[in-house]
Formats: sequence, C-alpha cells, structure tokens
Amino acid sequence: MISNSNSPLARREALGDRREQLVRMIEIRNVEERIQKLFAEGHIRGSTHLANGQEAVAVGIARAIDPDDIVTCTYRGHGHALALGVTPQGVIGEICGRVIGCAGGLGGSMHLVEPSVGLLPTFAIVGAGLPVACGAAMAARARGKDRVAVAIFGDGSTNIGAFHESLNFAAIRKLPVVFVCENNLYGEYTRIQLTTPVEDIAIRATGYNIPGIIVDGQDVDAVAAAMANAVARARAGDGPSLIEMKTYRYSGHSRSDPATYRPAGELDAWLKRDPINIFADRLEGEKVIASGELATLFDDVRVAVEAATQEVLASPAPDMAEILSHVSARSAGGDQRWNFWSK
Amino acid sequence: MAKIWNRQAVLRALDDAMAEDPAVIIMGEDIAAAGGPFKVTEGLLAVHGPDRVIDTPISEMAFLGAAVGAAVCGMKPVVEMMFIEFIGVALDELTTQAATMRFLSRGKLTVPMVVRASAGAGQGFGCQHSQMLDHWFRGTPGLKVCVTSNARTTYGLLRSAIDDPDPVVVLEPRVLYAEREDYEFDKNYRIPLGTAEVVRSGKDATVVTCGAMVRVVKEAAEKTSANIEIIDLLTLWPWDRRTVVESVQRTGRLVTVEEATMGSGWGGEVCATVSTECFGKLKAPPHRITLPDAPVPYSGALEARYLPNADYVTQQVDALVATNRSPAPWWRMAS
Repeated sequence: MISNSNSPLARREALGDRREQLVRMIEIRNVEERIQKLFAEGHIRGSTHLANGQEAVAVGIARAIDPDDIVTCTYRGHGHALALGVTPQGVIGEICGRVIGCAGGLGGSMHLVEPSVGLLPTFAIVGAGLPVACGAAMAARARGKDRVAVAIFGDGSTNIGAFHESLNFAAIRKLPVVFVCENNLYGEYTRIQLTTPVEDIAIRATGYNIPGIIVDGQDVDAVAAAMANAVARARAGDGPSLIEMKTYRYSGHSRSDPATYRPAGELDAWLKRDPINIFADRLEGEKVIASGELATLFDDVRVAVEAATQEVLASPAPDMAEILSHVSARSAGGDQRWNFWSK
Repeated sequence: MAKIWNRQAVLRALDDAMAEDPAVIIMGEDIAAAGGPFKVTEGLLAVHGPDRVIDTPISEMAFLGAAVGAAVCGMKPVVEMMFIEFIGVALDELTTQAATMRFLSRGKLTVPMVVRASAGAGQGFGCQHSQMLDHWFRGTPGLKVCVTSNARTTYGLLRSAIDDPDPVVVLEPRVLYAEREDYEFDKNYRIPLGTAEVVRSGKDATVVTCGAMVRVVKEAAEKTSANIEIIDLLTLWPWDRRTVVESVQRTGRLVTVEEATMGSGWGGEVCATVSTECFGKLKAPPHRITLPDAPVPYSGALEARYLPNADYVTQQVDALVATNRSPAPWWRMAS
C-alpha cells in the first residue's frame, strides 16, 4: 500500500488518486498515534504537537497545489509534511532525532522540511511563516513563474502582528499567496472565544479587501475545491485569499496537555464528523473503495507505518560534526542550496 | 527545611509580591486558567483574580507593550514569555521603548516591569525554543538582566526584579524547573541586582558562571585536580565587577562557563574587564567555555555534546591550570 522507497515527490504526485488521498489521511492519523506511543516509549525529546482530526485540511491542500508551489507551515505540521510528500520515515525519523529524519535529526518535531515538495522548515514561532510566504510569492513573481505560496497557520496566529501585516502587504502587492487558517478552536490551552472577538477568522479578510472564505475542514473535497479557487485566483494575478478551515484537533496542544479545558461532549461531537470516515463513505459511494475496505486500509497503513518506525529506530543519531556543518555556506557541510527554479 | 521545586519558587515569588503590593499584575499566554505551561503560575488566578492574573492572546507585542504602558502609569507588571524566543516579535517594546523611557523623560517616567521567561537548552525543544538570548538584552542601556540558578536565587532575584524601579529581564533555565532542593521561603529575602555570589571558595582559578551551568561547574569542582573558586554571576547586566576582580586577583586565573555561543556570550565582557583590571596578577589567559557558534541541535546526543558538561569543564580547567595556556574548545580539537 505504502511503498517505503517512494520519494517525497512521487508520494505527492500519487495524491492525484482519490483512493491514495484516503490512504494518506489514514497514514497521517496512524503516524500521529505512533508518535504518541514513541513518546511514551522514550524515543522522543522535547514536545510534539499532534494534528489528528485535521487530516482533511492537510491532504486537501496538498492535492490542490503543485509540488513546486511553496508552503510555510506551523509546528503542528506532521500531517502537512506527510500530505505534501515527506515519507513516514522522514517525519518519524526527524521527531526521533535520527539521521533518516527529513532534517537529518537537527530540527525535531517542530522543524520538518522538504524543499523538493516546496516545504520550508516548519516554523516554531507563531505567525512567523506568513511574511515568509509573502516573500516566496515575490520571488516567484520576480522569476516570472506562476507559482503560489501557501501559508498554513492556526487560529491563534491571527492575533499576532505578522498575520495582519502579511495580509495587508500581500493585498497591496497582489501577491500570489493563499493564507490558510486551520481554525481548530484552541490556541494552545485557550478556547478561541477567550482570545479572539470574532467567531469566524475569515471575516478578518475584509479589513484587507481580499476574499475570506469559510470551509468545512473535515471534508477533504471541500478543502481542495476552496484551495483550487484561491490558487487559480493567485496564479491569475488577482492576489491573495484567506481561507478558514473549520476543524478540530483531537489531542491537546502538546504532549503535556491533557486538554481538560474542553467542554464535555465537544470531542465526541467532532468525532462524529471524522474526516476519514466522511471521505471513506463518499469513496464507497463512488465505488472507489469496496464496502468495508476502510478497515483493511487502516490495517495496511498500520503495518507500513510500523515498518517505517522500525526503520527509524534502526537509524543512527546524526554525526557530531553535523552540529557545525550547516551554519553558513563556508561550514563543512558546504553550499547545498536547493534550486527552486530548475524546472 | 523543605524540598522545594524551582518552579514553586517562581510561583511563591509572584504570589508574595502580589499579596504585598496591589500594583503587581501578571500577564502571559495560558498563565491564568491553565496555570502556565510549566505550572509556575498555578493557582494564582484563584487567589488574585482575573484582573491581576491575566491570560492574553498570542500577541506578545500587545501584552509586552501594554506592560510598558501600565508600568509607566504606576503598575508593576510581570509578563511571562513562555519561551524567551517568543519575545522576538515584541522586542521593540522592551529594548527600544521601555529601556529609553527614563532617559527621555529625564527621570520623570520609569518602567518598573519584569519580563520573565523560560530559557535555555537541554530538553530537546529544538533550535527555536532552546536559547538563552541574554545578549539580546545585555547590550541595551536601561535594561537589567538576571539568570536564576536554583529555588533560592529564583525567589531572591524575582522579588528584587519586581521591587526594582526599572525594567528587568529574568531568565529562568527551563531545565531547572523540575530540580528540587532544600530551601525555606522568607518573604523578606532578596538578592540585590548586580551582586554575584561566591558559591565555592578556591585558590587555583576563578570560574564565573550562571544559570544551569552553575550545577555543571559545581560537579566539575569535585572532579578537577584544581581547587576552583565558583562565582554565580546572577545578574548579567549590570554585573558584579568587584567580586569577580577581587577573586581573580587572588587566584590568578579566570574561566567563564556559559550557555551562550562564543560570539555572543557575556564571557567576552568579563574576560576583557579582568584582562584590564588584573593584568599583572594573571598567571594564564582569561579563558571562555561556551557553546559553539551554531544553532541548538535537536537530536539528544548532539544537544548533549553542544552544551558544556562537567567532564568537559574539568578537562578545560585542568588543562588551563596545568599549562597556563588556553586549551582549544572541543570543536577545534582534532578528533
């Protein structure tokens, strides 16, 4: 089902297939669960920020943009990295600090990266990715390429200056940026109403005279359709959009957060609209998967993710020399710059 | 004496300061209802209420800037930066605004605020959540900068910082929050800002350090063949020149041990001052033990190598005392 030898780019291109989209969502769910277990087993240091429940947003975005479009993303980025094409070995390996990780073990959970599918190192500072996406869009325009930049961030980010400055900057320059807010109702440990005076983040687009669109983030087709519109608009030179994905994180903010602040019944209500189930039901109707096949897909993915995990655990820690190998172009690691414009 | 968690010392200092002075308020992300991500403000909301224990949006510029305004107008705000890196988006309000208020008003307006933050490496939080960053503040006239090293110094420095009429940054090594030690709280206990402490007497070399490195150097003191004097600097700016210079004049050797890159560390300033003040008394070149000039790596073995540990400090001190020459740092040694 999941080929371990697949390159990130091949994995990305495979997302054209609807069945593969479902499998990828299941993979994201399973990797997040395995990461939680790896934490308990003592293989992971620091913290991790899980996004189980938000799989449709990740896969919907990835299937609607090209591999050479640029993505900036927050530290809640495991799912996005997998959707964009990073392998389970690359994600789990990075989170375990092994050479096999997508940042060679230097970055950790909050810093997943894969230039070949446009993913800049995920940003551990709230809001930091939005201005950077503006700059990526400027670079694309300067090169005469019709590429877009996608900035992915949470509802909490929309109270930070970088959000407002970036929307304004992108709007006045009509930059090809799609701002995607994953509104999962909680900024860290706090419910959105306590920090944000509007229920719909999309309304904030009004102040910058750009489209603000609300999307059911649990429906991968709705996510992809909204993304496709915004991307087309950006590529046509009509400027940025703000898309609000209404979604929910099943876990707490980070590994140390049991999420006791959630009202009773809220999680259960969201579980009834689980993005994997919604999409699987639709694919059954479309005869893309057989009735009852979902359980088999879960089993297949579990086996593949477990194999990837064992590969990670057999992978060594990075060499000590890596500490100083990538500080500047003159460091021992040399100048390894990725060429975004080779195509 | 009771065993006290370091994080309890933060909590107690804030609680006592708020009980004694209604002008003291605290602000930060998830500090009130959630009790703080590191549980250093747990229970304060219930005791002091939501007008004084204030949860903020993720808007560091807004609440740090608001603290400046509140401080100028008579409050004593203590703001928490969950990780010191988060101050990056709000730096202007502290280093450009708060730091110059007294100067521009020729003393009529002051900013009695405290920024306290968890800081430092050692727990696998990665390169954007693991720095000390004291150098962002040390170079700014008008700011004071402290680093805590245990429950006692946490309480003493925080209380002094809150008492102080000017803006103070208190950095709390995150790795120490879960350390426990014997300490009896005393509401009147203060560590005057700008004073260092000699935490171990010795005659062969003066080792100046602070924060989480204090325990590393103490451990090295048991391993090294040299008899070292240890000074916990406590306040990095303005720092206690007199205590350091007096010590080096007796020992004839200076080593600084810090959790900062060589290019940014306070060790450079201390070594320069000692070179000038103790020139004729020095038996060896002033020597710095620092981090390499590289971001903090995530992977466990690399982060452990990246940080000075007791064995490394021991080797460096032994080499310095034996040869009276500065040994190369590990990253310049042939492997």
